[in-house]
Amino acid sequence: MARYIPPVQSKVGQIVDVIVLLVLAVGALYIPLWMGLAGSSKVPVPVDNPTWESLGQNPAMVEKWNQLGYADAASAAEVISARFDYSFSLGSLVLMIVVIVGYYAIMLRFSEKEFRDVISEKFGER
Amino acid sequence: MVETATQIPASIDASTPEKVGLLRVLGPAHVWALGVGIVLVGEYMGWNFAVGKGGAYAALIACWFAGVLYTCVAMIDSEVTSTVAAAGGQYTQAKHIVGPLMAFNVGLYLVFAYTMLEAANAITVGFLIDTVAVMTGHDGLDQRPFIILAIMFLAWLNYRGVLATLSFSLVITAIAFSAIIILFLATAPFMGDSPLRHAELMTDLPYGWLGVLASMHFGLWYYLGIEGTTQAAEEVRSPARALPFGTLAGIITLLIAATLTWYVCVGLMPWEYLGQAGVPLFDAARLSGSTFLMVLLGIGTLFATLASANGCICDASRAWFAMGRDHYLPSWFGAVHPTYRTPYRSIIFLVPIALIFALGAPLDQVITFSILSGLLEYTFMPLNVILFRRKWPLETIKRGYEHPFHPIPAIVLLCLCGVAFFAVFLGYGTQLVAMVSFYVIVSLWFHFWRYRFVSRAAQFSMPWPRPAGY
Repeated sequence: MARYIPPVQSKVGQIVDVIVLLVLAVGALYIPLWMGLAGSSKVPVPVDNPTWESLGQNPAMVEKWNQLGYADAASAAEVISARFDYSFSLGSLVLMIVVIVGYYAIMLRFSEKEFRDVISEKFGER
Repeated sequence: MVETATQIPASIDASTPEKVGLLRVLGPAHVWALGVGIVLVGEYMGWNFAVGKGGAYAALIACWFAGVLYTCVAMIDSEVTSTVAAAGGQYTQAKHIVGPLMAFNVGLYLVFAYTMLEAANAITVGFLIDTVAVMTGHDGLDQRPFIILAIMFLAWLNYRGVLATLSFSLVITAIAFSAIIILFLATAPFMGDSPLRHAELMTDLPYGWLGVLASMHFGLWYYLGIEGTTQAAEEVRSPARALPFGTLAGIITLLIAATLTWYVCVGLMPWEYLGQAGVPLFDAARLSGSTFLMVLLGIGTLFATLASANGCICDASRAWFAMGRDHYLPSWFGAVHPTYRTPYRSIIFLVPIALIFALGAPLDQVITFSILSGLLEYTFMPLNVILFRRKWPLETIKRGYEHPFHPIPAIVLLCLCGVAFFAVFLGYGTQLVAMVSFYVIVSLWFHFWRYRFVSRAAQFSMPWPRPAGY
């Protein structure tokens, strides 16, 4: 296999590449935050006139809440009642599986092609 | 004054007048400190979100299953790393075993996992100082200067040299680990009057067994980053001995610390509070009623976060540096400081990225970003070791360490990664899809654009024979 000579990248090109990578990374991580799509699906359940008993707290738990700075049930109600919503659709689960498996499939396929070129150039054609 | 890195192929670097390499100065204790130092903060904050996702018992089950996952990681990693001992760790492994695109992705996993972890540590430093300020009657403290100061100070330390950096980590990690042991001994029932109230505070599984699965998400946080021991492979005096020893000793240390942490915390706090606490071990010390323990665990939290951020800067910069050296990223990053012998440009470049997230994103989401990058990396590892054994069977390359029972650890690891993906999906599905979509896009960008600037054969720098089947 003929030896591959990579082109020399200009300084401007190098800077552009780094900016592209940064924009993609910050975008992927921040766009879900900005759109309100990221973060936990944990939401507090409103409780009218909460008491320690209605929140399911026994005396030992109440003592700990008090030590932690929660003087009454109302102040702790939001923390105690918040729950994750683990309901999901089959479609969203399938989407996740397709995205992850597809990602690894693409990567392994392209990597294999690139790896064969590397080995051919390093060790010569068989 | 031009500086270049070790292992730069002559074809790439013919014009440079002098090669300056990373210094081989680290021993097994430094490897242990690098691994445990990065991870021990997971006992001081973050792990407890697993309690929030599934309850107290779920967090313990997650802790142990995550322990199995990381034991597989350590076994696999030790074998491959004892053979591929070069800066960049798993990135360099992927480059030699799977292929360039996989290596590029693994490099990014490492950088983002560690940079997000560094950001999470800085957030915790700010939160801890704010908590102490409130306790002493100083409400309304601005956390941001402390976050910026922590990141800048540690980046400067890393800039100045790896031996000083990891020696600093060794000392503060030992103190932080000792603080957990002391808290356990001081509160344990066999020591007399114990404040622990497991019988009254423990509840059934609030979400049933689905919550146990979901808690695997933050269960990874107990150990996330232990694989970072391999990043300093080029700076270890005897990598074949020190890397497996330091890594496996680190896993044992963390299993002990994680179980003790869970035991103390769930015996002192209602699970609903613990599941969202910012500094759970410090809270546990407050609830123990001992001022000494409160001060000790406050110092322990501070030291654990600093040690972790310190190790993260070290590891992320090595991965970025290694990619620059190979032209996967602009080669400007592949430079070593002529005096301090550190990848100083990479260290400086990653500082503002850490600051963007430390100053702008909530803690649980920063942690999730870090966990997701780590999880993608762990999914790569079983594929990596299976291909390693297939392309270079045991008789073709001498390994410094051969992990037993192959391929069982690889299969177990792959299954547990599948469980962990589902766990993240429960509650944080959008972030999961967004992050994987990012990696798909950058993979296409690398394959169709960036890879043209990379020499082919020069990437393969190990003195290995031709792989079987090629």
